[in-house]
Amino acid sequence: MKATHRSPLTFEKIKPGEPLQKALRMSRADVIAQVTASGLKGRGGAGFPAGVKWNLAAAAQAPRKYVICNADEGEPGTFKDRVILMDFADVMFDGMTIAAYAIGACEGLVYLRGEYAYLRAGLEETLARRRAAGWLGANVCGKVGFNFEVRICMGAGAYVCGEETALIESLEGNRGEPRNRPPFPVEMGLGGAPTIVNNVETLAWAACILDWGAEWFRNIGTPRSAGLKLFSVSGDCQRPGVYELPLGITVAELLKHVGGQDAKAVQIGGASGHCVPRSAFHRTIAFEDASTGGSVIVFGPQRDMLLVARSFLEFFTDESCGQCVPCRDGNPKLLEGVRLLERGKCPAGYLRELCKLAETMQLASKCGLGQSSPNAFLSIVNHFSDEIMGRTPAMN
Amino acid sequence: MAIETLDREERIPRSLRGPAGPNDREAEALGGRITVQVDGKPVAVPTGATILQACRQAGVRIPTLCYHDDLCIAGVCRVCVVEVEGMRTLQAACAFPVHQPLKIWTHTRKVRQARRHVIDLLLSNHVGECYACMRNNNCELQALAKEYGVDEFIFGHRSQPRYPIDRSSHAVVREMDKCVLCRRCVRTCIDLQEVGVLEAMERGDHTHISTFQNKPLAEVICINCGQCTNRCPTGALRANDTTDEVWAAIDDPEKHVVIQTAPSPRAGIGECFGLPPGTPMTFQMNTALRYCGFDRVFDTNFAADLTIIEEGTELLRRLHRALVEKEAAALPQFTSCSPGWVKFLEHFYPEYIPNLSTAKSPQQMFGALIKTHYAQRAKLDPRNIVSVALMPCSAKKFECNRPEMNASGYKDVDFGLTTRELAKMISEAGVDLPNMPKSDFDDPFGTATGSGVIFGATGGVMESALRCVLELVTGQHVEKFYEHADIVPLRGFEGVRYVEIPITHVGPVPELIRHLFSDWDWLKGATLKVGVCHGTANARRVMENIKAGGKFSECHFIEFMACPGGCLGGGGQPIPTTPAIRAARARAIYAEDSAYEVRKSHENPAIVRIYNDFLTDGPCGHKSHALLHTHYVARGKYIAG
Repeated sequence: MKATHRSPLTFEKIKPGEPLQKALRMSRADVIAQVTASGLKGRGGAGFPAGVKWNLAAAAQAPRKYVICNADEGEPGTFKDRVILMDFADVMFDGMTIAAYAIGACEGLVYLRGEYAYLRAGLEETLARRRAAGWLGANVCGKVGFNFEVRICMGAGAYVCGEETALIESLEGNRGEPRNRPPFPVEMGLGGAPTIVNNVETLAWAACILDWGAEWFRNIGTPRSAGLKLFSVSGDCQRPGVYELPLGITVAELLKHVGGQDAKAVQIGGASGHCVPRSAFHRTIAFEDASTGGSVIVFGPQRDMLLVARSFLEFFTDESCGQCVPCRDGNPKLLEGVRLLERGKCPAGYLRELCKLAETMQLASKCGLGQSSPNAFLSIVNHFSDEIMGRTPAMN
Repeated sequence: MAIETLDREERIPRSLRGPAGPNDREAEALGGRITVQVDGKPVAVPTGATILQACRQAGVRIPTLCYHDDLCIAGVCRVCVVEVEGMRTLQAACAFPVHQPLKIWTHTRKVRQARRHVIDLLLSNHVGECYACMRNNNCELQALAKEYGVDEFIFGHRSQPRYPIDRSSHAVVREMDKCVLCRRCVRTCIDLQEVGVLEAMERGDHTHISTFQNKPLAEVICINCGQCTNRCPTGALRANDTTDEVWAAIDDPEKHVVIQTAPSPRAGIGECFGLPPGTPMTFQMNTALRYCGFDRVFDTNFAADLTIIEEGTELLRRLHRALVEKEAAALPQFTSCSPGWVKFLEHFYPEYIPNLSTAKSPQQMFGALIKTHYAQRAKLDPRNIVSVALMPCSAKKFECNRPEMNASGYKDVDFGLTTRELAKMISEAGVDLPNMPKSDFDDPFGTATGSGVIFGATGGVMESALRCVLELVTGQHVEKFYEHADIVPLRGFEGVRYVEIPITHVGPVPELIRHLFSDWDWLKGATLKVGVCHGTANARRVMENIKAGGKFSECHFIEFMACPGGCLGGGGQPIPTTPAIRAARARAIYAEDSAYEVRKSHENPAIVRIYNDFLTDGPCGHKSHALLHTHYVARGKYIAG
């Protein structure tokens, strides 16, 4: 494996426990106000404003509430949470504990990706240290009445369990399948209790925000995409790795950082994201433009885009939870279509029908995974029609 | 009299639990009604009602597939999607609760396209041709294809089967190539019945519905209730069809083919011929059966009356043992006429087998008598008798194949036919059932009572038993206590019912059971406590209550029916089934009961006669034990690897 590059990270400058102690000196409402003011949006990909989520959960009346840390980092091409889990777990746990304080939860769960089992021992160690320091348990940091414990639960390798309601199902011991929404987890989550599910990185940034202030975060990035973001960059570039960069950066700028200037396309947002062609490298990486949970895959000039589309569709054909028709049965149809294209045997009329099917999948699938599963296919068909159309078997 | 119910705790997996719409109390708590616009038309719905309910109220048809009136919400087929103004994606009408004023559009381009795609995708994976399918013309997928004008397979059509057909079970055939993964069967098995034999396995395009370790249905803990077959929208799950074997017997001149018919099929079979639910077809069906070639048509109600006498006597003996002899008597006594319930108990609560009445079900009592008593009287060699039972039930197919059911020296009942199978035979014979002339049942078992008829409805066995036991014990007409002998508190569709009946005075012991009891003084002042429940989810509730020493542990007698609604909602009844359809069938059954002159089992002259002529040592005597009583198997939940 190529040694991965890592840019300097803000988390290195955070003293463990510091954000938590600062937050506990504030009122719950002020903590939420800080997170809201910072403009922090979910770093897992969906980009839901963290402050709004916390506020909804805080407002819910219930005897039990939960904070879940989504560490099921499964989007193809994403490995930025691994860095936090390995080296900055304290920052994440600070964020989790702050969230618990803000919404009034007494239990937190880390849903750790099955393939990250080797990180578990280190995380347990960190938790033990935090318990010993009084940062967990009864009366956290001496804050009377604030009790909080964290458990680590293992995922078992299903991509869909990164979707928050499927993750909750999995935690409850059921098949990992997304639920109908509404009700949302903030109203009815784990065991029916109000629950917030936040990505590892979101929680880590929340800790930073409580330490350094909302203003600092707000002033980075764009008005609708505040702050810094970790990117996991892989593919055809000189320095693949994890980069901390402000949101709002253009694709071209990012490629300069990683040494991928000759790329012909970049997949922003993993398998469920969009494929940006060279002609659109001026686009910004931000929630309002090309949005990503962190995955950036660079495709060099020699890459066959149809192969790229096929590989993503193979992924979804296998990883669909199998629950709803558009996703379960739609992805195999798109995959068949790509295979026909590869053999030069996909009539233009059928390709148009498949594009309509892709639209149906975006509109009618039950969860975000299904809704985004045809994105890559659609963007490749739209931007690389010259490359993928009119093939003959001889070309392969 | 005290009537109480047992609340059903929610036990639905969260993934499948959705807003099925609030009940009145919840809607009130949520704050009354909300006005939504359906295609521009305002309609006021209770807060929390689903978009589907709102659309139905507005008179707008929304197609559905995974949705079912009896089941919790899944929201997986996506055929009911609608556009909600302000939302980027389409929403499943069945699963979306209305909590604020919404503008709903039900047939925009996006909606039409999505529905059509969903149907096309389902068809592309649905193996088989409609004309070679049991569900032809009664298939929800076929109906959707017609409704949306599908005239080609846009995304192709699988022709090669992927899964072997599972014919291991006597009751249910699984042909998973026809499955559209709506998961109604899963929700039926796990949530409605709380048995849990079927579940989705694997994921993505490998997703399929399967059993534990993909074992044949006969080897897992399936109770054969067939409720899944009633709710499967296609032909993927269906009752095992034995009509060919029955026709073969009819065609064989050597064979004397008799059929006994249970009460529920009569109340349901009209639905297979286009009649509204709850149209009784009893006497037209008798004529049709003879036209098909059955040599004798008997009324299972006769055996139901016999079951009441045997089971009632058994109860009185258990009470005597407990109250007078002060010995362990395995109370409460459980009814044993529902073979789905019996197998449920054998699997999940085998330690309570002593509580099950040893009396056979009416079907099996009748079977044993046909090849003994009837054979003697009619001077027939029992070897040449083929005994068929028309039942609303798929578990009856399993029951008649239980190895212990051969008291006559032969297989007591050769074939169990469901209502649906008989409808098929009647159609095949070219009979227009609704317009058949009426005819009566054959002797010597021709007479039956209303008590037998109401066996078909939940609470009916208990009502019949109490009509009989109260009269036997008090020596007075039950009408004295209950107007028109209708024991109303036992009726209805409440999942679990509990009734107390004080015995204030006693009479002389009737002749029929004087060999067992000298007097009833020991019952004077006692309070008879009875329970009724239907659907095995409710049975589980009652059993857990008993295990925990709750009030049902103090009951003397509890009626259990495996199927929701009792036999009238059985797994062999016409498809579809809904609460409204079952209520209509119940009305037909109670109306038939009312019309009978004799409505109490012990007053049935045929019953009196059989104890005089054949079962001469009386109820629970040696002969009755040999022919009319049985034993059970402690099966447990362990499935051999």
